Amino acid sequence: MTADALALLPEIVLALGAVVGLCVGSFLPPGREGAVRGVGIVAGLGSAVVALTVRGEPTAFGGTFTVDAATTTVRVVVALAVVVIMVLAGDRPVSDGPSLTADVRTAPSSHRTQTAFAVLVQLAAVGAMVLGGASDLLVLAAAVLLAGLPLAALAGLVRDGRSTEAALKYFLSSALFGLVLLTGVTVLLGLTGATSYSDLSRVTTPLPAAVAVLLVLAGLLMTIGGVPAHFWVPDAVDGTSPVTGAVLTTTAKVGGLVAAWRLLVAVPTAAVPWPLLVAVLAVGSMTLGNLAAFAQTSLRRLLAYSTISQVGYLLVPVAVAARTPLALPALLGYLAAYAVTNLAVFAVVAARPQALEIADQRGLGRRHPALAVALVVGLLGLVGTPPTVVFAGKLAGFTAAVDGGMTWLAAVAVLNSVASLVYYLRWIVPVFSPGDPVLRDPLRARAAVVAVVLAVASVAGGILVAFAG
Amino acid sequence: MLTALWVAPLLVAAVVAAIPAARREVVLGLWVVLAVVEVAGAVVVWTAVPRAGGFADEVSLPWIPAFGVGYHLGADGFSAPLVAMTTVVFLAVALYSLRRPTDEDAGRTRAFVVLFLALEAVCVGVFLALDLVLFFVFFDLSIVLMYFVIAGWGSGSRAASALQFFLYTFLGSVVMLLGFLVLAVGGRGGITFDIPTLAARDPLAGSGPAGVLALVAIGIGLAIKTPVWPVHTWLPPAHTDAPAAGSAVLAAVLLKMGTYGFVRIAMPLLPGPWRSAALVFVVLGVVSVLWGALVALAQRDLKRMIAYTSVTHLGYVVLAVGAAGIVAAGPEARTLAVTGATVQMVSHGLVTAALFLLAGVLRDRGGTSEIASWSGVAGPMPRFSWTFALAAFASLGLPGLSGFVGEFSLLAGSLPAVPVATVLAALGLAITAALFLRALQSMLLGDRHLPPAAERPPTPRARLSRFRAPSSPDLRVAETTAVGLLLACSVAIGVAPALLTTTIAPAAAQVVSLVSR
Repeated sequence: MTADALALLPEIVLALGAVVGLCVGSFLPPGREGAVRGVGIVAGLGSAVVALTVRGEPTAFGGTFTVDAATTTVRVVVALAVVVIMVLAGDRPVSDGPSLTADVRTAPSSHRTQTAFAVLVQLAAVGAMVLGGASDLLVLAAAVLLAGLPLAALAGLVRDGRSTEAALKYFLSSALFGLVLLTGVTVLLGLTGATSYSDLSRVTTPLPAAVAVLLVLAGLLMTIGGVPAHFWVPDAVDGTSPVTGAVLTTTAKVGGLVAAWRLLVAVPTAAVPWPLLVAVLAVGSMTLGNLAAFAQTSLRRLLAYSTISQVGYLLVPVAVAARTPLALPALLGYLAAYAVTNLAVFAVVAARPQALEIADQRGLGRRHPALAVALVVGLLGLVGTPPTVVFAGKLAGFTAAVDGGMTWLAAVAVLNSVASLVYYLRWIVPVFSPGDPVLRDPLRARAAVVAVVLAVASVAGGILVAFAG
Repeated sequence: MLTALWVAPLLVAAVVAAIPAARREVVLGLWVVLAVVEVAGAVVVWTAVPRAGGFADEVSLPWIPAFGVGYHLGADGFSAPLVAMTTVVFLAVALYSLRRPTDEDAGRTRAFVVLFLALEAVCVGVFLALDLVLFFVFFDLSIVLMYFVIAGWGSGSRAASALQFFLYTFLGSVVMLLGFLVLAVGGRGGITFDIPTLAARDPLAGSGPAGVLALVAIGIGLAIKTPVWPVHTWLPPAHTDAPAAGSAVLAAVLLKMGTYGFVRIAMPLLPGPWRSAALVFVVLGVVSVLWGALVALAQRDLKRMIAYTSVTHLGYVVLAVGAAGIVAAGPEARTLAVTGATVQMVSHGLVTAALFLLAGVLRDRGGTSEIASWSGVAGPMPRFSWTFALAAFASLGLPGLSGFVGEFSLLAGSLPAVPVATVLAALGLAITAALFLRALQSMLLGDRHLPPAAERPPTPRARLSRFRAPSSPDLRVAETTAVGLLLACSVAIGVAPALLTTTIAPAAAQVVSLVSR
């Protein structure tokens, strides 16, 4: 039991951070809850350090939870993402939605939304970490709920019309797909007589097994925001603050993709032809995400669709996971790269919450050159331009696809990368066009610093690239 | 040494970005000093290239070992001359850019210098890279940086031209990356992106469609960058709307990345597919030569005309590398063809950079580079006229200048392999000569007729009142030096071609023997 707890120490540290934050927050006056975020930063850093240093058993709780390089990567990435989110959220009250900047700031709120924000982020992060390590269907189901439900509450924190819509949309789709996932788990339990992943190799009946795997995968697609379960992403990201958008598109995605990988490699490809299925889902995600992003004028919607297309690229190494040993390092490297770059771009948006449309970006390059360069690095990073980390991730993913005999998938992904350049450039071009010289354009200081630091990290990481595993 | 050669511009760029933008002289001065140092460094590297073939100053470190990606640099007979040409062109551009528009914001000047320093770093890097991924990184970054040069400092419909340039060449580069992946993964003996290792291994020999697929992907990527007909259509708008300095670098250096890719990657790594597709490249080369020359003949804008002559000149290179894939012709002729192609790359870089800088002078003085707007220029602008005439003659291949050396040897080398195509391509020489002579005649000679802006010298501004405004629209000292430097190199190659060919020939012979496997 002690050994089991030791194996889960990073999750425990972060969950403790949430509990302590909740206690501390209830004693603080509403609106002055910075200490809660401080607890969250400490818990996040502590969790990352523990994940890297403490070596426990490779499995815990009777083989239902696995600790390997993939789990460690998820833990470190998610924990550091929590730290970044906490710093970003410190810029302003979380209830300070984009449309209500002035009045909420001046009117003291009776709700402890900052505490709620910090605690929910940490709980969702714990869920994402458990997702990364789950090697049992029931643990997987619980982790999906733990990673998803706090996000629904997060989306609804602001309590205006759009935020409520976002929360409701997220909650309803996660309820629906959660049910779908549980159905799949039930069918698999019926087929194999067990819930452990190691027993999945026993599935022999192709059709029911394929349906069950599809159902479970659908639940995971909801968590990671991939086609065809992507409908919540644009509304949820567009209806909430940029910081919340960053949470929605980072933590659960990192955990969910590793969960999908772990589940699928346990299923024999002879019984269920999942490589082709995942490849088709990947193509759908990257293509539909890109096509929908073309016409967007709202930065948050554009970013939301861009994360959908990124899920497509992330599914490429998953699709060839059974065929090449390169798939896992590619997936993990891309996940870390995606988290850094996506957070950098969201930080740029969060730095100027008054300018959330493409048209508002005019003249940014003249007024805030450092932020503009960080934005360019982030956006071109998402395209996969060298020397950023996402380039290394994409390169690894495409190499794995070619090595796994899916050259066509790599070709589709390459063409989609080119297409994505169009809408990222639609954002970059106004940044460097002359804007209104006398416009006041205040910056959120912490977000701007975070954006620059992450942009530097994305370039430095691209040069000093070293994959886990 | 090689690492220093491409990192030095980045370090200077960091320094420039750190000093106050208002110190404009310091910013521009640092740029020129760095450019001179780079030229010296390139000469040192060149002298170190072994005469018997092989690489000088090789550096090889693991980078992403799990995926067989390494940091591998080296200079051989192909890279050293191109690196030297690159540094000379950047020095000329730096000198040319010393004279900034007086109303330009100091911050913009600094951003311009930083961009060009970064561009020099990646351009040098591309020619030194001996790893496919490293090559791709530099190749792709050059596109991104050039996009910002065109979009930020261009004229006309620069945003549209820059976007077209970016999308077109980016598409080419990622398709090329796909070919690289097939090469790296398909080979026997594990994944590697190392160019010499792959060249020694001949990774896709006997694997049938995979090799053809890889050559198609890499060929498309390189052909777009070169550019070869029919994927040359991004070039004229990009050149027309780019600033003069950007045009010069784009034509002189970025286009060479395409042709260099043929001799560095496509030929040695895919010998079998290259031999079977050699005729395709020959045909595309000849069509590019004739198409570019005929379309250039119809242009009214000087920059557009020069842009189309680039298609012609690089069409010769494609013809020659195609002819080198036809084994029946014998190794001597094919080596001559590849050597000529490389000389042509260097020569085109020097001469076309000079032509674009001179066209930029016209646009600066008169606001237009329409050929019809300028007449009788020889009187008021003698220095411009002399240098322009010399550059035009170098470009049309007059003996004694570098263009002749390149074109003569590559045509002589291609003749045994593909006689009909070579004769057809030689027609392009006549058309090019005609169009340059026509432009010279109508612009330099005749009655004096300049655009109004060039006739009216700019009035001295208050903050520059220490200097009397120059009253002549002719070349300034820095501009003359820049163009003179490029043309001096061209004359040197024309008079003493052995300077260049003794370095290139061993590398060319090696590639030819690799293709014959």
